Amino acid sequence: MVNYINYTSLILIFPLIGFLINGVFGSKLKSEKLIGSISVLGVSIPFFISSLILIQMLSSNIDERLYIVNLFSWIDVGSLKINVSYLIDELSIIMTLIVTGVGALIHIYAIGYMHGDKSFWRFFAYLNLFIFAMLNLVLADNFLLMFLGWEGVGLCSYLLIGFWYDRNFDKSTTADAAKKAFIVNRIGDFGFLIALFLIFTNFGSLEFVDVITQASVLQSGDELLTAITLLLFLGATGKSAQIPLFVWLPDAMAGPTPVSALIHAATMVTAGVYLLARTSAIFILAPFTMNVVAIIGITTAIFAGTIGLVQNDIKKVLAYSTISQLGYMFLACGVGAFSAAIFHLMTHAFFKALLFLAAGSVIHALHHEQDIYKMGGLKKYLPITFFTFLIAALAISGIPPLSGFFSKDEILYKAFSFGSFWYWFFGFIGAGLTTLYMMRLVYLTFYGNENFDDSIKPHESPKVMTIPLIVLAILSAIGGLIGIPHALGGTNYFEEFLEPVFKTSNSQLPFVFENITTEYLLMALSVAISICAIWYARNLFLQNLKKSELIKNKFSSAHNILVNKYFVDEFYEKIFINPIKKLSDSFLWKWFDIKIIDGLINNSAKFIQYLSSVLVKVQTGVTENYVQIFVLGVTLILLKIIL
Amino acid sequence: MIPLNYYLLFAAFLFSVGVVGVLIRRNAIIVFMCIELMLNSVNLTFIAFSAFMGNAIGQMFVFFVMTVAAAEAAVGLAIIIALFRNKKTINIDQINLLKW
Amino acid sequence: MTFIDQYILSILTFSPIIGVIILFLFRVKNSISSKTIGLISSIITFAISIYIYSKFDLTQNAFQFVQANQLFIDLDIKYAVGIDGLSLILILLTTFLTPITILSAFKSIEKRVNEFIVMMLMLEVGMIGVFVSTDLFLFYIFWEAILIPMYFIIGIWGGQNRIYATIKFFIFTMAGSLLMLVAILWMGNYAVAQSIGKFSTDYLVLLEIAKSIPENVQLYLFLAFTISFAIKVPLFPLHTWLPDAHVEAPTAGSVILAGVLLKMGTYGLVRFSLPLFPMATIYFTPLFATLAVFGIIYGALVSLVQTDLKKLVAYSSVSHLGFVVLGIFAATEESIQGSILQMVNHGLSTGALFLLVGMIYERRHTREISDFGGLAKSIPIFSTFFMIVTLSSIGLPGLNGFVGEFLILVGSFNSSNLNSNWFTIFATSGVILSAVYMLWMFQRVIFGKIKNEANSKISDLSKREVAVLVPIIIFIIWIGVYPTTFLSISSNSTKKVVAYFEKNNQSQTMFLENK
Repeated sequence: MVNYINYTSLILIFPLIGFLINGVFGSKLKSEKLIGSISVLGVSIPFFISSLILIQMLSSNIDERLYIVNLFSWIDVGSLKINVSYLIDELSIIMTLIVTGVGALIHIYAIGYMHGDKSFWRFFAYLNLFIFAMLNLVLADNFLLMFLGWEGVGLCSYLLIGFWYDRNFDKSTTADAAKKAFIVNRIGDFGFLIALFLIFTNFGSLEFVDVITQASVLQSGDELLTAITLLLFLGATGKSAQIPLFVWLPDAMAGPTPVSALIHAATMVTAGVYLLARTSAIFILAPFTMNVVAIIGITTAIFAGTIGLVQNDIKKVLAYSTISQLGYMFLACGVGAFSAAIFHLMTHAFFKALLFLAAGSVIHALHHEQDIYKMGGLKKYLPITFFTFLIAALAISGIPPLSGFFSKDEILYKAFSFGSFWYWFFGFIGAGLTTLYMMRLVYLTFYGNENFDDSIKPHESPKVMTIPLIVLAILSAIGGLIGIPHALGGTNYFEEFLEPVFKTSNSQLPFVFENITTEYLLMALSVAISICAIWYARNLFLQNLKKSELIKNKFSSAHNILVNKYFVDEFYEKIFINPIKKLSDSFLWKWFDIKIIDGLINNSAKFIQYLSSVLVKVQTGVTENYVQIFVLGVTLILLKIIL
Repeated sequence: MIPLNYYLLFAAFLFSVGVVGVLIRRNAIIVFMCIELMLNSVNLTFIAFSAFMGNAIGQMFVFFVMTVAAAEAAVGLAIIIALFRNKKTINIDQINLLKW
Repeated sequence: MTFIDQYILSILTFSPIIGVIILFLFRVKNSISSKTIGLISSIITFAISIYIYSKFDLTQNAFQFVQANQLFIDLDIKYAVGIDGLSLILILLTTFLTPITILSAFKSIEKRVNEFIVMMLMLEVGMIGVFVSTDLFLFYIFWEAILIPMYFIIGIWGGQNRIYATIKFFIFTMAGSLLMLVAILWMGNYAVAQSIGKFSTDYLVLLEIAKSIPENVQLYLFLAFTISFAIKVPLFPLHTWLPDAHVEAPTAGSVILAGVLLKMGTYGLVRFSLPLFPMATIYFTPLFATLAVFGIIYGALVSLVQTDLKKLVAYSSVSHLGFVVLGIFAATEESIQGSILQMVNHGLSTGALFLLVGMIYERRHTREISDFGGLAKSIPIFSTFFMIVTLSSIGLPGLNGFVGEFLILVGSFNSSNLNSNWFTIFATSGVILSAVYMLWMFQRVIFGKIKNEANSKISDLSKREVAVLVPIIIFIIWIGVYPTTFLSISSNSTKKVVAYFEKNNQSQTMFLENK
């Protein structure tokens, strides 16, 4: 039998080849189809290889599902030995499948979406580079290689947000948005790096397996582990846009929509969750960090949800929704339900990618109009887009039996049983908010009056765009079925499959007797709140638009705060950015560097000049004076000798 | 035989004349001649010692000094001529180009 | 060993003179042909250095290709050359960058071409000489000899304010090296009373006798050497000559200045300060590590607000070299290896940045950031190169800067010599800041709409300019992906330095405790 593990390196090589071909020769390739196909192949071949590996894994023994593929030695200095080697286990293979699977669909979609763009080749080169970096991130067997992927995806995100580098976005430019994304991520990376130093100094290795083995020996609540996990979590908040580093993600919507779908919804932003899951065995030993993670997660979920309620840009609503859903995943991590987090990560990848792509289809049809109040009534023009969008919206709202229902309920149930009532309660409120803003989008975009310009004749997107929508819609609909909870009489295949990865962390969790009644009750409650929210949204945004205006005016100050995103950007600008610029410019450079240091140097030179200007007077230029002094000197010397 | 002291005193006298000449005269040529005078007084001392000690080294040195003095005189006079061409004077009070 | 191998280092050092002789003998009039002669001559030197690399025994840690000729009868002052891994890697950097800079000057230098080429080649002689000398007297001669061609390069072919910059550069460096000269003389004189019995400036001899020098004097000697090197590096707050020199120097001068000349300072730290005075190193580590970390942050913050591209890159050098100095004073194997690699990285990345700034300056005759914008549209090839180099400079994993920075930081984090993690933590914040100032600059120059009409009419890079940049880019990626090639060169010398340092500091910690 063929051992597909041997082909692991191909998973990484194909996107890289795609990047190189398109990046180097792309400008000379005239055919968009050719460029697109190279790029799609660069993602889909890895998808097939990893599917084969998954199949092989399923047929092998549970204890033998962890493989390490070593390619070559990257850095080898003193005791620091870093290999370019990849870890294939249940978790990484699932992530690989999500990245390449959803990635391939988005690549196909992008062929249609980016049609006619003058930098078509550049776009696809970046996309493949992104896939390459993301695969490094999820497959790495050590922290440093993961960091390479981590920064690599950040770079691609930067390049793709700023893809239309000469356009304006909001009050600034796309380039500003791109820069902001990179720099905010760098702040997170600062934490990540320090965590790496701590890990290496204390465990002498950066390989996941080694580190986890050594860390598990330590006591729960160990200070070192708390520090490491907190720093890693700082890294995660950067990449996964959690409080306090979430500010870049809404701006990241400046990129083309397929990018928002791939990077800023389905894959890259979930890297933080993946990092926590990968190091779950360490996190579980740091209860303090776990609480922080859960609290940040749930706060972000609510916080972003409320902002999402009042945004008018369709992509921004989806961006805040992403932040909010990521908050749920962190809540799950924080209570120790890592497999639930990964499950939600997967279903979220399906329906959020779908939401973005469908939104892209709408934007495409309306010639780059993104304001939902300038849409409406699109249901009949864009039937496929409408249906797929609706499925995704219902899925994210947690309507059974769509995928979001299973994953979100799993999180809420775990938050209730492992965490506290309050975690569940806020999660429950958040679920209501989610439904509310999603249905607001649905009603304002597809129902009601046609508010767009008469000159625009909306038309359904070409097949190359709708087919990915349909595939993703099917996945969003049935993707949850692999994780049906026991309470509903199913077998949670997903959790069982991931069980070996989270064995250590699960063993640390408090034992909770499975209470089916509670679980039913919680499920019923969350379905109920979703249905209420749908009804309320229908009431507000379809039947009674005036009423929503009324509410808006009544709470105008609250509304204002929400529209301005709680003024977080402005706050950061005032507190951090401006003072640093001012400090650097007028204090450090123009005062300290030029006046003090250079002034000291120049003034000491001037002092010498002054001294010499006094002494130089001795040089009269009259020969006699010199001779007189000379004779005087000789006489003095003679006198000294004689006397 | 004339005692050594006489020669030395005479040489010292010549030397002093030269020094005083350099100090008080303004004409470059006279200053120059005074310098020569000082050199010659040194030569005289050399020869005197050489003769009294029965050693030829002193006289050999004198030849060196004379050679150097001749060369110096040539260069010096050339400089003075060049100066005169440019400044129409050889009064050293007025030649203070090396001033700050 | 064959005859050639025995004298190969002298041949290497003086090989650029071939070009000088040809230029003088034949009085080449055509500017292109004299530049070509310079280029070929420096490529020959590069080939010789590659030959040396191929013959170099990576498993040894002693000096190789040693050649020594006594210069005086009574004094042990020698023409002594020899290389170990540390010197070799910097020699390769020097011989690699020189042809590139000469090629880059093909269009920009139009006046006194022959003299320019001669200066560049003489500069190369001096730089290689510094790295091959194993006698402090010889080292000092080469060290000072470099000032002369550099003085003329900035002073003749420089910008508006070049005289001020030249004198500042000269006096700063001179002041430092005089301190070093005094220290060398003191040590040479000290050798008289030791077993060697005569005045000696031989590196290995001094290494032996340095242990017995009275501790208080060691502190002074260390300071004399280190301040001299710190000026060259330049370490905060001795850095103010650098922005001026860079801004005024012609592109080729800036590249060599940043690429190699600054490395002479850090080379001196690793070669002399640490091994000769391990005890004093420990004593002064808190001071110099603080200055290094301060320089990292300070350089980054000041870069942030520069309006002139070249000044920005110059201040970023202060920041980058701060990492190198921190790594050296951390004195662990990882950190010193990282520092050595970072010296090379900085030579490549900052060198390339200066080249790129020079290319855009040739087209637009301005270096003000605000004069640019939207270059991605008008000159995409330039923008692509600029992007790669920018990313390398901010330490993106997969490119060269990351490996060096990471090694320095991870090495200094668990360094017993630094004795505190805070140095590393503050230094790591430089990683954030470097992204801030580089990307902000990049965005203002490359992205956005074309505001200034002049920017839409400029031509993209010529084949020659691409040929200048591509070799650097290859190494930027090579070091990022497979740094082992380069780390292995200096590995044994680093181990030796660290072992020597640790051996000595154990025996001398007693003294420190008394102090």
